[in-house]
Amino acid sequence: MQKQSVFTSRWLPWLLIAPQMIVVLVFFYWPAAQAVRQSFLLQDAFGLSTIFVWFENYKELLADPDYFASVVRTFVFAAALAFSSLSLALLLAVMADKPLRGVGVYRTLLIWPYAVAPPVVGVLWIFMLNPSLGILAHGLRAIGVDWNPLLDGNQAALLIILAAAWKQISYNFLFFLAGLQSIPKSVHEAAAIDGARPIRRFWTITFPLLTPTIFFLIVINVVYAFFDTFGIIDTMTRGGPAKATETLVYKVYSDGLLGGNLGSSAAQSVILMGIVIALTAIQFRFVERKVTY
Amino acid sequence: MVENEGIRRYVAHAILWIGIAIVAFPVYLAFVASTQDNAVIANGQMSLWPGGHFIETYYKTLFVGSSGTTREPVGMMLLNSLIMALSIALGKIFISILSAYAIVFFRFPFRMTVFWIIFITLMLPVEVRIYPTYKIAADLNLLDSYSGLALPLIASATATLLFRQFFMTVPDELLEASRIDGAGPFRFFKDTLLPLSRTNMAALFVILFIYGWNQYLWPLLITTRDDMQTIQVGIRKMIVTSDALTEWPVVMATSILAMLPPVLVVIVMQKLFVRGLVETEK
Repeated sequence: MQKQSVFTSRWLPWLLIAPQMIVVLVFFYWPAAQAVRQSFLLQDAFGLSTIFVWFENYKELLADPDYFASVVRTFVFAAALAFSSLSLALLLAVMADKPLRGVGVYRTLLIWPYAVAPPVVGVLWIFMLNPSLGILAHGLRAIGVDWNPLLDGNQAALLIILAAAWKQISYNFLFFLAGLQSIPKSVHEAAAIDGARPIRRFWTITFPLLTPTIFFLIVINVVYAFFDTFGIIDTMTRGGPAKATETLVYKVYSDGLLGGNLGSSAAQSVILMGIVIALTAIQFRFVERKVTY
Repeated sequence: MVENEGIRRYVAHAILWIGIAIVAFPVYLAFVASTQDNAVIANGQMSLWPGGHFIETYYKTLFVGSSGTTREPVGMMLLNSLIMALSIALGKIFISILSAYAIVFFRFPFRMTVFWIIFITLMLPVEVRIYPTYKIAADLNLLDSYSGLALPLIASATATLLFRQFFMTVPDELLEASRIDGAGPFRFFKDTLLPLSRTNMAALFVILFIYGWNQYLWPLLITTRDDMQTIQVGIRKMIVTSDALTEWPVVMATSILAMLPPVLVVIVMQKLFVRGLVETEK
């Protein structure tokens, strides 16, 4: 689609795009190119000399069991987070879609956690589940659970999933509610006249009609799990205990922080870029579908 | 059937209230903790009702700072976060409305190339280019500065796309009419396009303000001086690995203060927020 009627000027459009272009080139493309370049180089421990090593950094990375564990961990984490947050949000959205009194109030009371920053989410949850002073930790201990996420890696991972899913409920709820409200009421009524019970109606009619929203939200939640949970992990566990909560993004951060292997850190960044590109491509395909549905 | 419907409705209300309780409980607990005595909390003897230390804790948090760890008062951090969030939100709107204007209302060579160059930045979130970006910021002397906090986060494909989409729907007749009135590109932008974009800009501002306020990884890297810290970074530095040193009431008061501005924005400007959220995801 193009405008028929436009301005013509030799220099004005360039002036208008200049600020955006400068920022994009200096802070996006240049660092990204640096990361790619760096990933082909090997630097000695003192940073004195570098040599070009082709795919050596990638080979080493992919052969590293630590990295492989982090890949698996990140995907499991994303799946668990998406599943728990989406199912709870869908349940709440279906309830809020009914003609109830005060639905507007419910909506307001459910969407605000979107605005809570990841590190704050981490602090709130670590406070509740801190083994020595957390209220929920005391409760867990009272019912006989040996709760200590500072030592037990699985418990630490569970803690991160809970906190991250908690924050994401509001976002998923909002989009589910919008999706539900766009389903014409007549579809439900027709099914009701045919004698379908509400739960059956949900699985045979509502759920299939919601699939575009569900796919869209799965992608969004995976992106969130990969990239936006950094603040939660950093305040709660800092990747520990014994790397049990080290996701791919957190690994790039902590590997680079120790200043160790620049080439490997860069190779990790490049792989992450590949993942983002894939996710964005998938997202756009589904969004296209959502529009033409 | 009717009776059945009534029960269903009660069930729905109950489930929604349980959901609200799940969502609100951590924050309620944080507030309660911020009004109690540190020793009581450290013993694990915390009460579920607000205590009497509200004024004391919040005064200390805002103007004195936590005594054990960062000595920076949170008032300063709030100011830093505000400056960063406003610069990011306004900066993004400013540079993207200009570039969208150029892309939609002008014909120039490489127009679509420019569009794609901006579009692809969607796929380069700061998390995947942390250290190279840090190095550039350091080379440009941007460490510990407000421009360093804001500039690298200011480019925005989403905002540009949003404005582009909106400008496409502006009828050609408007442009022709203002041309007949003798308006050039500047006047058309100022008198016609800006007023039409007001709602979009407001919705975008709400989303971008929250985005900017909640930034964490970038400020963590680029600020080293205590007086340049944003509140999100400040919170983490207050939590010390050995529990005994962490001043929980102050930490919790800081958490409450950190979430208050963006949460208020969501609640007060809910319509704009929802609109912005849905629009930017397209």
